[in-house]
Amino acid sequence: MGFESMADMEKAAAAGKIPLWKAVMEEDMKERSVSMKETMDKMRERYQAMKQADTDYEENLKSFSGLSGGDGANMQRLVREGEAVSGGFMGMVVTRALKMGESNACMKRIVAAPTAGACGVVPAVFLTYEQFYGIPERTMTEGLFMAAGTGQVIARRASISGAQGGCQAEVGTASAMCAAALTSIRGGSNEQILSAGAFAMKSLLGLVCDPLGGLVEIPCIRRNVTGAVSAVACSDMAMAGILTRVPFDEVIDAMGEIGEMMPGGLKETSQAGLAVTETGKRVALDLAKRNQTPQC
Amino acid sequence: MNLYDIMGPVMVGPSSSHTAGAVRIGLISRKLLGEQVQKAEILFHGSFLATGTGHGTDRAVIAGLLGMAQDDLRIPKSFELARKQGMEWTFGRAYLKDVHPNSVKLRLTGESGRNLEIVASSPGGGRVEICQMDGLSTTFSGDIPVLIVHNEDSPGHVAAAASLLADAGINIASMRLSRDQRNGSAVMVLECDQEIPEETVRMIENMKGIQKAASLAGMD
Repeated sequence: MGFESMADMEKAAAAGKIPLWKAVMEEDMKERSVSMKETMDKMRERYQAMKQADTDYEENLKSFSGLSGGDGANMQRLVREGEAVSGGFMGMVVTRALKMGESNACMKRIVAAPTAGACGVVPAVFLTYEQFYGIPERTMTEGLFMAAGTGQVIARRASISGAQGGCQAEVGTASAMCAAALTSIRGGSNEQILSAGAFAMKSLLGLVCDPLGGLVEIPCIRRNVTGAVSAVACSDMAMAGILTRVPFDEVIDAMGEIGEMMPGGLKETSQAGLAVTETGKRVALDLAKRNQTPQC
Repeated sequence: MNLYDIMGPVMVGPSSSHTAGAVRIGLISRKLLGEQVQKAEILFHGSFLATGTGHGTDRAVIAGLLGMAQDDLRIPKSFELARKQGMEWTFGRAYLKDVHPNSVKLRLTGESGRNLEIVASSPGGGRVEICQMDGLSTTFSGDIPVLIVHNEDSPGHVAAAASLLADAGINIASMRLSRDQRNGSAVMVLECDQEIPEETVRMIENMKGIQKAASLAGMD
């Protein structure tokens, strides 16, 4: 179940004089009756699975629908040529977010974080940060606890499902998890960690889930980029000492409420938004033709 | 949700509900059948029907029926593998009442001729729920160990089975009892906190009035 609120997580951390990520880890040890080694090993495996997924990207693969594939490699070429205005670090964050989203669409193995549709956000930032700053894997794994603990609170207070809360609940959650975790890895204070998470969540409030043909491809893959890039910026703001006015828990509650108010057509049903543009309708029609399920 | 439901599962894409959940439904059904699947009639409902092919839901169900888990890289190639094993299958559509939009009905025949009908849903995050077994409504996830007992619809069977579980030191997490009015039989589904030893299952099966008993190990 995890913590009921980020405030509760802070209280547990203060009581034990431990960092937030460790409070999350200890809560998991209690809940599942496992040792520190067991949960640490399991989280490291998740991190290694993310790395493996990044390495296993195949440039020439196309998704079943034919809509996605190859763009991560295109982005990487731009970065390698030194032509990315966003620079080497951000360029690689964008590259990795695209790659992971495309691998997911192409039925490769990924780590849902917190969902498959938003699987590119956390690894894009984590792998790039580890690479550029030479951070030990152990520290990155600790950061994953912070990310997962944040996601747990969001799942409990609001939602992490596009069908329930729109894309803000998926990519929005992933971005908030990632911003809080990156700030934790960078040694930010608890207040800074929570501010980073709040910034990232606020930035994506209201984001709808309106994918073409109902597939986790367009616009999902690009939105992983948005979530990842924003997480880095939000962490930087927090590290600069900029703090959130609205506490993270309240932002999470607002997200949940917005999700409930959001029309059903914009919650993974592909009945509105991008899904029903001229192009969206054409994609849906093409897909229906290719659908091999008989008499459907 | 536990920490690893958030940071995970490790799965083959693209959708936790339409791909990972579909594999899991296939795998649980295969385990419940208890033998290699010879024939499968797969009837999709709702969103599984509408967007299943693009999400690989069809290949995912077949992969599960072959015994694959949600992170198996062979999932996209499951049709070829099933063909090699001599499995026959058909896809179709079903209108299921009062179920989640991501649902499927499976009619399975095993290599020894055993039959099993399952209705299951995949509400999200790769979690699944078995809603019906052979026409009797039920509800369990397959996340934790489960004991399934078919018995005569007469007094005392629940108490007897529960007592044998208690003797084995097994705690019941949830239980559901439903009965089929037509032939006077009932099915109890007990989700447990500990794995259920084969010996306990056999002891329950040998009790008077019990038609069959089977257990399924937890998948988390």
